[in-house]
Amino acid sequence: MSDSKKFIVSHAPFWHNGSSVSERHFNMIAAALPAVLFGLTQYGGPALAVIAFSVSTAMIWEMLLSAAMKRPQTVTDGSAALIGLLFAMLLPASSPWWLVLTGTFVSVVVGKMIFGGIGGNPFHPALLGYGILLVSWGDYFDFNEALRNYDLGFDMLYPLWSVKFFGPDAVAHFSAWDLLAGQQIGGIGATFGIGLIAGGLYLIARGFVRWEIPASFLAGVFVTAFIFHAAAPDRYAGPLFHLFTGYTLLGAFFLAPEDSSSPVNFIPMLIYGAGAGMLTMLIRNIGVYVDGVVFAVILMNIANPLIDKIRPKAIGKVA
Amino acid sequence: MRKKSFLSLSSPRLDYRNFAGLPGEPELLPPPKALTLHHPGRFRPAKAGLNIGDRVRRGQRLAIYEEQKEGVICPATGTVSAVGPFIGDLGRPYTAVTIAVEPDGEADDESAGAAGSLDLETAGRFFASLPGAPDFSVFFDSETPIRTLLVSGVDADLFVATNQYAVRRWPKEIKKGLSALSEVLSLERSVLALPGDIVQNYASVGATETVGVSPEYPSGIPRLVALAAMGEPLPAGDSMAEAGIAFMTAEAVAAIGRTVGTGRPPAEKIVTVINKDGGKRLVSVVIGTPIRHILDAAGIVVEEGDRIILGGPMTGTAVYSVDHPVTPATDALMIQAGKDIVKTSDYPCINCGECNRACPVNIQVNMLARFLEAGKYEEAEDLYELDACIDCGLCSFVCVSRIPIFQYIRLAKYELNRIRSIEEEEHE
Repeated sequence: MSDSKKFIVSHAPFWHNGSSVSERHFNMIAAALPAVLFGLTQYGGPALAVIAFSVSTAMIWEMLLSAAMKRPQTVTDGSAALIGLLFAMLLPASSPWWLVLTGTFVSVVVGKMIFGGIGGNPFHPALLGYGILLVSWGDYFDFNEALRNYDLGFDMLYPLWSVKFFGPDAVAHFSAWDLLAGQQIGGIGATFGIGLIAGGLYLIARGFVRWEIPASFLAGVFVTAFIFHAAAPDRYAGPLFHLFTGYTLLGAFFLAPEDSSSPVNFIPMLIYGAGAGMLTMLIRNIGVYVDGVVFAVILMNIANPLIDKIRPKAIGKVA
Repeated sequence: MRKKSFLSLSSPRLDYRNFAGLPGEPELLPPPKALTLHHPGRFRPAKAGLNIGDRVRRGQRLAIYEEQKEGVICPATGTVSAVGPFIGDLGRPYTAVTIAVEPDGEADDESAGAAGSLDLETAGRFFASLPGAPDFSVFFDSETPIRTLLVSGVDADLFVATNQYAVRRWPKEIKKGLSALSEVLSLERSVLALPGDIVQNYASVGATETVGVSPEYPSGIPRLVALAAMGEPLPAGDSMAEAGIAFMTAEAVAAIGRTVGTGRPPAEKIVTVINKDGGKRLVSVVIGTPIRHILDAAGIVVEEGDRIILGGPMTGTAVYSVDHPVTPATDALMIQAGKDIVKTSDYPCINCGECNRACPVNIQVNMLARFLEAGKYEEAEDLYELDACIDCGLCSFVCVSRIPIFQYIRLAKYELNRIRSIEEEEHE
């Protein structure tokens, strides 16, 4: 045994459970793929172009910003790709290139990088990008208008738009099963409920998403929609309709539980999820926007640091 | 590295039983040619009462610096070949004494005499460097009178089987040690903590109480053993001594029992040797034996880039040299192959909250880590309960960003202690 051997000296613990940031993000991307692939079969080439352009520009923005800020390149961790993918999943298939480019700029640069990169963002970056674009160029997010050249063999009116302006009777022909199976128009990756639920359950089972947030979010939507429906069934659609339309499922499993902008303690997670679900329904039913998921989650993102203060006392701590 | 399971619906579980099967009787290693003893205290050549060339005998108490109450019992007969400084973990200063061992050298009977007429002073002087390193300083320094002795028959870390071996093999010695200690220390309670599955067999070892400890890591960590024993948590920030509890391992109590019974302090330490592939065995070596000696005897070849750990995988200490000796507190020696080492990173926290869910004492680790990274140690303690931490290392184990959270915590505690002791000195 030679004395010149050098050993690695570091601090305990000497084991790690093997989890990593990139593993987490690549699994989230994989979990989103069923819904994305369904969107591609529905909307074809334009949808593929939007997704590819969104993912690639999101990654390029992150590379450029890392270089400009003279920080280590983090683009390989999958975070930017995930943001790009989720942003594209919210968009109509016919979105123009500049809308995607601006959206990923706002998402990655304004939503994430200027806060110090991964882990520092107070909002879900993709939601912030979508929210700012929705306020700026609302017309491009009108699904009825954006998808007017498609005929997929079912009602080509956006269900949430129909119910908002024509009441529940206008959407009575949508069965819950049709909605889950993607027989509705909407964002590229937001319409295939079965795929989103399967992906979300996969993430929960693998421990990449904390179950409390999706569960309480869906419960918040369900209960609030149920109350509205019970109070005025002729004006407000039932809870199942709201669970399976718009961005509800995408929001529950992929948007609300974003690590950096959501709480980590048990009770705060329930408050956060339920709050976002409730706000979603308030915006849908009495707000001006057709879908409320994006702004509901952004609002709860703002409240997150405060909510997350509700926590158990450490064992051994008195007073 | 222990991979997490594919499905992780529940929080991470590390079970002692998965790693803790008893590997049978320890292999007795012959004493090496040279031993190194780490005597606590900064090396002061002028004051050292021990010089190169001095003859020392097994069982003799080596008093290097006169004013110290604790001494080191010489584990073998021989000649002092070197005395020098050594800096241990967290900058703790030691005086390293190297002894060239004479095989079959005769023993000293100083400790035999001491064992005959036992009082606290002699117990402190003669027992503190026994295998298991019982800490007697708490009896001298504590302001709270210590009335409870907590003896841990479980091992704090995964894989380690040293204490479990002691409780299974030496119940008589433990009984003897307990009765001697109860008398000398005027204890009111002595609690023996044992693995939950064998606790009912130990009603007669002389402890006033026995308590079963859960097999799930980190319940063998001393402060959690105390929680199981006392039924309520120690106040955060208080040491065990401040809560009136003295903590010793079963191996230490057994060694005290043997000293009292035979008049000869045992010089052999039971060490769990954990190989690169996770295989393990017990060896019995003379305290002060260099790690190199154990590795040679066990046929373990270490390569460049491997990691040598004194202690277990979660709470041990990595050392940089195979010349590092086995100390009275070295329960395990673990060798980790370079390819199995997961490096920590400087990646930011992504706020996934895994650490919060892993923390056995409910510390808000995600926020704590942010304060520690920024060096805000006092705020970390005031706002995020740094002082409640029990040093189990689970937060680093589960960290997705691979932040060395446990290292930050230890550094923060060390710095806070340092600041406080400076402040106290200035106050006086």
